[in-house]
Amino acid sequence: MAMIIAALGSGLVFGIGLVISGMTQPSKVLGFLDVFGHWDPTLAIVMAGALVVVAPGFALLRGRDTSILGVTLDWPSRRTIDRSLIGGAVLFGIGWGLVGLCPGPALANLAGLSPKVFGFVVAMAIGARAQDALRRIRGSQPQSA
Amino acid sequence: MTSFDPVSAALGGLLIGAGALLLMLFSGRIAGISGIFADALEPHQTGRGWRIAFIVGLIAAPLVVAVTGRAVPAPDMPAWAVVIAGGLLVGFGTRLGSGCTSGHGVCGIARLSPRSLAATATFMVTAAVVVAVSRHVLGGQ
Repeated sequence: MAMIIAALGSGLVFGIGLVISGMTQPSKVLGFLDVFGHWDPTLAIVMAGALVVVAPGFALLRGRDTSILGVTLDWPSRRTIDRSLIGGAVLFGIGWGLVGLCPGPALANLAGLSPKVFGFVVAMAIGARAQDALRRIRGSQPQSA
Repeated sequence: MTSFDPVSAALGGLLIGAGALLLMLFSGRIAGISGIFADALEPHQTGRGWRIAFIVGLIAAPLVVAVTGRAVPAPDMPAWAVVIAGGLLVGFGTRLGSGCTSGHGVCGIARLSPRSLAATATFMVTAAVVVAVSRHVLGGQ
């Protein structure tokens, strides 16, 4: 139960950050990506703000074995830059540039009950499931960031 | 187009970072939304409960912000065909590339992970090219 409440609280704080920063608004994100137009630096400030907290926070947590709730800290361990990583980032970048939504802001927009946001999230789920099914067929190992 | 508000951007960014740090501090997990979302869809996945809880928190966030009296604008979405194509690409691409803006862009860069730095540079440049082509070459706006 503590894991559930902790994750709920983490998601809530993360989501409030997305909403307050303006990152749930696709035009703000596309304004950042539009380097040849009226460039909007918002996304860079948001990322810098997040890194100011996460970089020293993670560095401090590196010395611990377990979380406050006693769970082993699950750090990603993969090091190789391979075709899947870059190919996946290219496909994600195309979708992100077309709509201006990435997974977090898409989910944080669901409560607005916009049919197009629902459509985007359903398509995102289908795309993710398709890739997972393809990976199972090919028999390779699941990956983590 | 909403106006540039650096204070809200910085405050929001700090909260995003705080959310990601809280998830590692209490749950021992990286706040990679694409991975949390995809694994929450998997019926037999262990640890599905905390993933669903994190997503419920994300979904509830704008309601909490609205209660404080702050305006939460409705997202401006493109045509249906673009919405569906974009969603499929984001879902497929983030799984193939093991992460998105949160997992690679925030958590991975914070750890100075070479994989995350490469992925973030790739999806940022690709997305900028897509926006440049759609807005300035094809002349969407």
